[in-house]
Amino acid sequence: MPTVTVFDYGFGNVRSAVRALEHVGADVTLTSDRATAENADGLVVPGVGAFAACMEGLRAARGDQIVGRRLAGGRPVLGICVGMQIMFERGVEHGEEAAGLHEWPGTIELLQAPVIPNMGWAQVTPPAETVLFKGVEDERFYFVHSYGAREFPLEHDDTGRLKRPLVTWSEAGDGANADRFVAAVENGPLCATQFHPEKSGEAGLQLLRNWVATL
Amino acid sequence: MGVAIRVIPCLDVDAGRVVKGVNFANLRDAGDPVELAARYGAEGADEVTFLDVTASSAGRATMLDVVRRTAEQVFVPLTVGGGVRSTDDVDILLRAGADKVGVNTAAIARPELISEIARRFGNQVLVLSVDARRCAGDTVTPSGYEVTTHGGRRGTGIDAVEWARQGAEWGAGEILLNSMDADGTTDGFDIQIIKEVRDVVSVPLIASGGAGRPEDFIAAAHAGADAVLAASVFHFGTLSIGQVKEAMRSAGIAVR
Repeated sequence: MPTVTVFDYGFGNVRSAVRALEHVGADVTLTSDRATAENADGLVVPGVGAFAACMEGLRAARGDQIVGRRLAGGRPVLGICVGMQIMFERGVEHGEEAAGLHEWPGTIELLQAPVIPNMGWAQVTPPAETVLFKGVEDERFYFVHSYGAREFPLEHDDTGRLKRPLVTWSEAGDGANADRFVAAVENGPLCATQFHPEKSGEAGLQLLRNWVATL
Repeated sequence: MGVAIRVIPCLDVDAGRVVKGVNFANLRDAGDPVELAARYGAEGADEVTFLDVTASSAGRATMLDVVRRTAEQVFVPLTVGGGVRSTDDVDILLRAGADKVGVNTAAIARPELISEIARRFGNQVLVLSVDARRCAGDTVTPSGYEVTTHGGRRGTGIDAVEWARQGAEWGAGEILLNSMDADGTTDGFDIQIIKEVRDVVSVPLIASGGAGRPEDFIAAAHAGADAVLAASVFHFGTLSIGQVKEAMRSAGIAVR
């Protein structure tokens, strides 16, 4: 049974993430202990609320170093919601800019949709090579957020030096008002979802099962 | 694309038991909120709402246990409302496993509570519950609707539409608009107030009160609701979550 640490740094409905991961067969520990978090087969970084506050909390628990070390060693990390957003270069909320972990270039900014927060079940468009969405490509997932990555600069990197991350998009708002944003990224050991797989019913559980199977 | 219209069953819970009656076959215990929430989750509910109608403190502790046990087995969002008076109350519910918390009377008594909760936990956790009633007697408000408390029995004289607008401005991430005139009638949602509130708020809007037939849900969605909430039609088996969604899908409304 793969071991998973859900990083407990004071942000996010961590209980749900723990239960959902247990449900799909992981041996889950909820902790901010550095050794446990570094050595688990998988690390989940949850997060809700404000980008800057989450980053502050993460740094206070040395989560930035833990994530960096794990990724340098090729050990899987899964960011959820604001736990995905902080993997980007920076976040801008209420005109204030905060630095993220900068695993990916790009900015987290306010969505341009008529109804904000973007709350509810939305479809996603995963690429053909997806591992996370295998078997649930056409399902809806539960989102609740006001900010997101509306661009993913690495997608346009055509130098051929990088294996490009797999990006899954979704949209807030309808028709002409639709605003495209990053719903998930699969990038070697680093995966992340803007939606909450632990709150996305059977589809979300399947996604977590797919991730746990890679550990 | 965008998000689907959410269909939300609401369970009134008193001292750990569902009240207002539930009439389901094949349930071990129709009064157990955890079992019912799981059942609704399996039927395709997009979210489950518990309304804690307990007055006693012992009942409140029981409610936390219900939330904990539900969060362990129901993997859709869970909203809990009733009796929330402080940011600490919110904290306790979120820690127990609630994803969102509904605030009603306490915000009328002390509107700062809305911004306090939003600042501490983010606006996405805060549902402002507005029990609205058409003005009667001497009460007059610009919209013709006033906010009530105590299950619609007491008027406040506050304009319901303006209150929803202000609540969203102060930090409520969602408005639960409950028509006290329509509540329990099964004659349909109060479409007029849904439209009026939709016009002034840009946060998600949940329509509640009056659902009876599948067409009622369609009308609420067309009036601008992002989610539709009902209790008795689901509890008594008059309509299933699936039937409501199928009807909406046939009407061209996106559902999960």
